[in-house]
Order: sequence, then C-alpha cells, then structure tokens
Amino acid sequence: MLSRLALTDDEIEQLIGELGAILEYAAEVSALDTADVPPTAHPLPLVNVFRPDDPRPGLDREEVLAQAPAAEDGQFRVPRILGEAP
Amino acid sequence: MSAVEIAAAVRAGERSARDVVEEHLAVIEAREPEIHAFNYVLADEARAAADAVDATVGRGDDPGLLAGVPVALKDNMCTRGIPTTCSSKILEGWRPPYSATVVDRVVAAGGVPIGKTNLDEFAMGSSTENSAFGPTRNPRRPDRVPGGSSGGSAAAVAAGFAAADLGSDTGGSIRQPAALSGVVGIKPTYGLVSRYGLIAFASSLDQIGPLTESVDDAALVLEVIAGHDPLDSTSISEPARGVRDAAGAGVDGLRVGIVEELADAEGVQPDVAAAVEQAALALEKEGATVERVSVPSAAYGLSAYYLIAPAEASSNLARYDGVRYGLRVDGPDAATMNARTRDAGFGREVKRRIMLGTYALSAGYYDAYYGQAQRVRTLIIRDFARAYERFDALLGPTSPTTAFELGAKTADPLSMYLSDVCTVPTSLAGHPAASVPFGADADGLPIGVQVLAPALGEPVMFRVARMIEEAAP
Repeated sequence: MLSRLALTDDEIEQLIGELGAILEYAAEVSALDTADVPPTAHPLPLVNVFRPDDPRPGLDREEVLAQAPAAEDGQFRVPRILGEAP
Repeated sequence: MSAVEIAAAVRAGERSARDVVEEHLAVIEAREPEIHAFNYVLADEARAAADAVDATVGRGDDPGLLAGVPVALKDNMCTRGIPTTCSSKILEGWRPPYSATVVDRVVAAGGVPIGKTNLDEFAMGSSTENSAFGPTRNPRRPDRVPGGSSGGSAAAVAAGFAAADLGSDTGGSIRQPAALSGVVGIKPTYGLVSRYGLIAFASSLDQIGPLTESVDDAALVLEVIAGHDPLDSTSISEPARGVRDAAGAGVDGLRVGIVEELADAEGVQPDVAAAVEQAALALEKEGATVERVSVPSAAYGLSAYYLIAPAEASSNLARYDGVRYGLRVDGPDAATMNARTRDAGFGREVKRRIMLGTYALSAGYYDAYYGQAQRVRTLIIRDFARAYERFDALLGPTSPTTAFELGAKTADPLSMYLSDVCTVPTSLAGHPAASVPFGADADGLPIGVQVLAPALGEPVMFRVARMIEEAAP
C-alpha cells in the first residue's frame, strides 16, 4: 500500500522470494558494531545552503501542463481524491 | 578521432563540425540496428548544432572547449523538448520543459548532442537488460552485455557513435559499463558536477560523469561539466580544479594502495585480479610505491548500498503518480489511478527496489535496516580516511568479471547486484573513481582497473589513470 503499486498475485509470489534473498544479504550490515557511530545521510558536510531571495521566472505553465495526462483551466486534472462525487 | 583531436581540429578550422557529425551519423546508421545504444538519435538537431559551431568558427569567435565533439547523453538527463525516458514506459513520450545543467554546459562549450542513450530503467541495473525498450549489446562482442546502467553510453563510445558521453553513476553505473565495454569512465566527487536535470534515483549517491575513449578526453569533458551550480543545492561551491594539466604529471613519488576488500572480493575473476596487479607493477616502474591496504568496512558496502539506494529511490520515484507527466492508467479514484499507473509503467527491477526501499524505511524496521546502513556508511568513510592518510590513491578491480552473456544474470537479482561489489564502497563515501581499460581476459573481453582517490582528489586520480592507460597491454 505504501508503495502504491497494484501488483498481480504472480508478481507478489515472485517478489516474496527475490526480496527475501536480497534482504538476507543486506542484513549483513547488522554484523558490524555501530553503537557509537553517527549515521551519514549525505557524503558532503553541507548544511543550510542559501541563495539570495531574488524572484526568478519559473517554468512556463502552458508548456508544463501540455505534458500532463490531463489538464483543465490551468491545473492538473485527477480522478476524485476523497469519497464524495466530483 | 579522439574528442581532444576533434575539438582541436574544429577550433583551428581544419575540420568542420558538420563533417565530424556526418561521419558519426554514418557509423550509427551502419551499426546501431545491431547494438541499440540509443533510445533516440538526434540527427537533425546534431547537424544544426554543428552548423552553428562552424558559423562561430567562421566568424573568428571561440567555439568552446568541446567544439564539434559529438556527445551522447544518457537518457536520464533532461533535454528540453526532446524525449527523456529513463528507459521506462512511465515517461514514454515526455518532453522535458527544461534541460539539465550539464547539457547546457556541453552545448555552450560547442559540444554536439548526438543522441539519448539506453540504460537500465531509472539507472537500476548492471547490464542494460532492464530497459523497457530492449537491451543494448556490447560492441566488442554482441553476445555480451555492455554493463549498466550506463550501458548505452559505454556502447556508444565503444562503437564510435559518439566521441564522448555523459553517464550517471549511483553505485557503479559509469565505471562498470566502461570496464565491460573497454572505455574510460569517471565518477567525479559527489557534488563536483551539477545534478540539476538528472532524473533522481538515489540523491545522496547520484553523480554525472564522462565516458570516453581516453583519459585525456575524460579530463576535457569533466572540465566542461564540473563547477558550482546554484540550481543544485548539493553542488560544491568551490570552482573545479584543473584536471587536464594534472593528468600528464606522472606518478613518481605517489603512494598507491591496492584495496584488499576490492581485489579479493567474492567472485573476482583471476584475469581481473591479475590485471590489477600488473597495473600496480606498471605504476611502480614509473616511480610510485605500491602496497596492499585494508579498508575493512568496504566489505559491507554492497549490503549497505542495497538498503540506502532503494530507500532513496522509493521516495524519489513517488513522483510518478500519473498526475503531472508521463503515463496515466485511469481509475475510479486518485489512489487507484496512481497504483494502476505505477504497476503498468514500472518494470520488474524498479518495483523490486521500491518495495525494498519502502520496507527498509517502514516503522519498526527503519533502525535495523536503513539506520544501520547509514551508520555503516560512516564506518566506510572513516576507513577510507584512514587509508588516505597513508596513500594518495587506491586501486582495485572495477567489475569482478568481464562482460557476461545476455540473460546470464536476469533470473537472479542478487547475482546481478554483485557486479557492483567493487564500485559501491567509494560511491557511499562520495569519493571520485575512474575505470581505465587494462588488457583483456582469455576470451578477449576488456578488463577495467579502478583508480580511487579522496574527495576532490581528481588531479591525482587522473595522473594514476593516465599512467595505467599508457601502460595497458
């Protein structure tokens, strides 16, 4: 559900075996003692990268919407999101 | 003709860029049906770009460092108005409204984009067999894979379709195909080259770099694409250091270490291990000292990588939801539409990684998997730092094996993942690495030797790479 993939039963069957083998291999990381080791989320020691707050033009709205599967009135059009009728 | 020679001849007015492009298009026409390096050949666009370069030369203006050089682009780099697919059905037909910074830089330097090259879908794979548009074949031996994920890129250079290529490397995706296809491949320091417009796979690892015929060609391309970009917040703010001048400085006095965890990694072919030893001997002969060195936690690099990269990918690929671009498969409500679109649009390997990443990040498992992998990443960085106290550069194999047959590893994802065992550790550290062709195995298939250097150590990396290239049998 979290990954939003409508998998078929066949796909699920095959994935169970494959992912099990991959996870077993990946879990080898647990062999290392990391009690006092901080995690690295990113290889560069960059924090709070700022730029001047100057207004700049964004992408052209029509050009962007022309790439959308469905658009209407300058917006992306999607099927209903909540339970009620559109 | 090498990229360096083409640029020199075009700049001097000795050859027209148009003539160079026509020559490459003729090679493409002759051999592309067999190789399938490209998703899209930019024939008309390349002719127009070449004519513009020739006009600049004709006016007596400087056409740029890459004047007239045909450059292929991995099809995960955005090109304005030109299809950019990541070799995925989910982006088929999409025409980006902007170009990647590297593409703009190549064009501004007089380079001529000649096509978009095939890749494993979303750069996930080591053979280019995961492309939704069919595999690429190795120009050296068409029954073999070219490696991956930048397999179309490596094949385009090896076949002479382009004088240079821009690929992307997350866990080895430039270096491994370069090794398997017998070309030079460079993964620069993380942050040295802008990732703006590179479609994200694993953002803390992704980096763009050149694939070329020679080390000098790679240095030329790297100088053009490197440097700070305000559009990429992970871009290093200092200017790129010159690598072209450094490359020829020799290796006299350099301390070079052979990384035991890479050289002795599981599944390294004896021919490949022997090539690393021979390359080391050649460096010694030129005045370098060579010793073996241990980077202990590097042995856990691949395990950590297959938690970190899928975790980041599962987050990055959430954007393909059928709303803003690409494929949509309709449904009665938005959530069903999202799920149907993603099931139809993504291939098997991409789904595997999304599932794996979602799992590694989920409540209850986060600390044991993703959290632990990130702490192991710290250990790898520390172990490399210790090695670089004693050594200027490190050596290892690029790929444990030479090019394998199409279909040999597609049934077993884990065996495919092991192709990256020697390239992944340095990716986790964010350091630069190069793959340089060095001889061939008993079947005549090219072998790549990998040169590793500390962050921003490109100058020393190029010195070692260039010497290995000169000494290659």
